[in-house]
Amino acid sequence: MISIDNVSKHYGSFQVLTDCTTQVKKGEVIVVCGPSGSGKSTLIKCVNGLEPFQAGTITVNGVSVGDPKTNLSKLRSHVGMVFQHFELFPHMSITDNLTIAQEKVLGRNKDEARDKGLKLLDRVGLKAHAAKFPGQLSGGQQQRVAIARALAMDPICMLFDEPTSALDPEMINEVLDVMVELAQEGMTMMCVTHEMGFARKVANRVIFMDKGQIVEDDSKDAFFGAPRSERARQFLAKILQH
Amino acid sequence: MHDFDWSSIPGALPFLWEGMKVSLEITAIAVVFGILWGTALAMMRLSPVKPLAMFAAGYVNLFRAIPLVMVLLWFFLIVPQVLRGAFNLDPNTDVRLTSAMIGFALFESAYYSEIIRAGIQSVPKGQVSAASALGMSYAQAMRLVVLPQAFRNMVPLLLTQAIVLFQDTSLVYVSALADFFGAAYKVGDRDGRLVELLLFAGAVYFAICFAASQLVRRYQKKLNAHVAH
Repeated sequence: MISIDNVSKHYGSFQVLTDCTTQVKKGEVIVVCGPSGSGKSTLIKCVNGLEPFQAGTITVNGVSVGDPKTNLSKLRSHVGMVFQHFELFPHMSITDNLTIAQEKVLGRNKDEARDKGLKLLDRVGLKAHAAKFPGQLSGGQQQRVAIARALAMDPICMLFDEPTSALDPEMINEVLDVMVELAQEGMTMMCVTHEMGFARKVANRVIFMDKGQIVEDDSKDAFFGAPRSERARQFLAKILQH
Repeated sequence: MHDFDWSSIPGALPFLWEGMKVSLEITAIAVVFGILWGTALAMMRLSPVKPLAMFAAGYVNLFRAIPLVMVLLWFFLIVPQVLRGAFNLDPNTDVRLTSAMIGFALFESAYYSEIIRAGIQSVPKGQVSAASALGMSYAQAMRLVVLPQAFRNMVPLLLTQAIVLFQDTSLVYVSALADFFGAAYKVGDRDGRLVELLLFAGAVYFAICFAASQLVRRYQKKLNAHVAH
């Protein structure tokens, strides 16, 4: 589904990604973790072309992301993305947030888009909030709306860029519950997150990144059982301490 | 002590009202055109296409570095000739109002473009990422996501600029155009009551601008309350 081959990226002389290679198969859930500044968010943003990269190739469902001839907008319309800071559109109601791209990008009619949006809103447990604006919802609720907004486009896979790291602790679980459910339904997912409980529960593989490189790419049992690299061991020891 | 005599004002009100209409007309045209052209300039200035960005920056810097009264004077001297040449007009056609409107609009768009540019930049980058991630084109992201938010943030500033512009329309007196200020001056000059007429004109400008800025402030408070939660 997603294939990343020898991808490198630099800002000027600063190397952000070095020779990253990995694959995500259909239905797989991959968790990407690593210290801050390790390039994990940059890598996931390369997958739908939000960040350009200078070397290597990424293909999503057979379409090359880095190819200048690729219609990136079209590709992105089938690749769902959820951001750290939700990025709902604050000037639109929740319903409009859920329908705008369905109408303007996919060309669905109003009623169809609305039905789809409200069904997904119900699924994330927020049907009662359809007429509200994003500013009236809590962070956890906004992130659930953001997931519903991405799902409304019928994505072939979902990218999550630290979806819970801007949330208050008591709201993290409501978002993770939605993500677990999605994973169990067989959605292909690539998640940048530090939620190791989530990783243990649903991940097929865990990728550990450090200094722009993929240091470990292993099944979750192997990763949590006996990380091969010293850096991953240290990282796990730090984040699992508490 | 000056001996005030206000008696020439009541009879002059219809003429003064005609002048006020000219002032309001210039203001309205300059605001509408200034916002449209200003938005285009702002988008050029933020565009990755270097020549466009340079053109917009040059335009804005040029107009912001010249006194308005000189711009008006140039337009008063040049535009009538250009218009007459272009449309084959009778040399006696009065194009002073048109040239004043063009001068104001071009001048104000430099200021509007700076307000609009700041407004566009005030919208978090993540919003464009989110719009792009949903498959929107750059133009769609701008039109549906960025500009509506930018304009909502900018409305108070745009209105304040319109109030300043309304006051500045009095500068058209350099072209002897009878705007509100020009009309008041003419009446005062005719009746030998310049002091009274100018005081009256000042009071009218004050009343209108003060009331308008109070409205802007109330609107801004409402806006802030809406954004705060």
